[in-house]
Amino acid sequence: MQSRRQALKKTAIVTGLLASTGLFPGLAFAFSKDGFEAKTIQDAIKALGAGALVASKDVVLTAPDIAENGAVVPFAASTTLPGVKRLLILVEKNPAPLVALFNVSDSVEPAFTTRGKMGQSSDVYAVAIMADGRALFAKKEVKVTLGGCGG
Amino acid sequence: MADPMRIRAQVAGDKATVRVLMAHDMETGTRKDGAGKIIPAWFIQEVTVTHNGKTVLTAEWGPGVSKNPFLQLVVKGAKIGDKIGVTWKDNKGGTRSDEATTS
Repeated sequence: MQSRRQALKKTAIVTGLLASTGLFPGLAFAFSKDGFEAKTIQDAIKALGAGALVASKDVVLTAPDIAENGAVVPFAASTTLPGVKRLLILVEKNPAPLVALFNVSDSVEPAFTTRGKMGQSSDVYAVAIMADGRALFAKKEVKVTLGGCGG
Repeated sequence: MADPMRIRAQVAGDKATVRVLMAHDMETGTRKDGAGKIIPAWFIQEVTVTHNGKTVLTAEWGPGVSKNPFLQLVVKGAKIGDKIGVTWKDNKGGTRSDEATTS
């Protein structure tokens, strides 16, 4: 299957090159640098262009009560609300709180699981950014017994 | 090129639960090596998931995602035999694409 793999690889490279030239504005997405470099949750949300944070029962953050290893903490963010554009996972006390950002399309359920690092015990937030710019959140305190930033 | 991703896509009803395990160090840029020098930040920044060639998810990650990142998502309107593609790009221009078939 070597030639097929090569063809796929070439397609990916060419698409990547074309996307980076801005020819496909819909596909090429600029990395949200400001959001990922923000030092507080409020700044991260603002950098992503969303409004003030409002608590919502319809946003769910799934995370352990106690994380034994802060280097690998499972987080799941989901919502039952329609019209979500993005789901975010943020760890309040991390040096840069924004961990992950998911752009929701109609073809996926607004529910994502990943694993993140926590430097210390902290509140963890799941934020749903709606089509109208509202930022709805759920949070949970996660205790960490062994911090995960390698320091 | 980086180690291949492990992708599992399981269909139940008309949805596929996709689980991906990527091989990447995800350095935060705050750790020091034995000599006291900072290990530079090196992490997956962009992830794209496709279903039969159509992009269904794009995600942006920071170095706060754990080493050897795990991702789970649910693709709607899937059936057995569909193709799921996952591509990642990191902050140094590295990239990797892998594909799996739903079962």
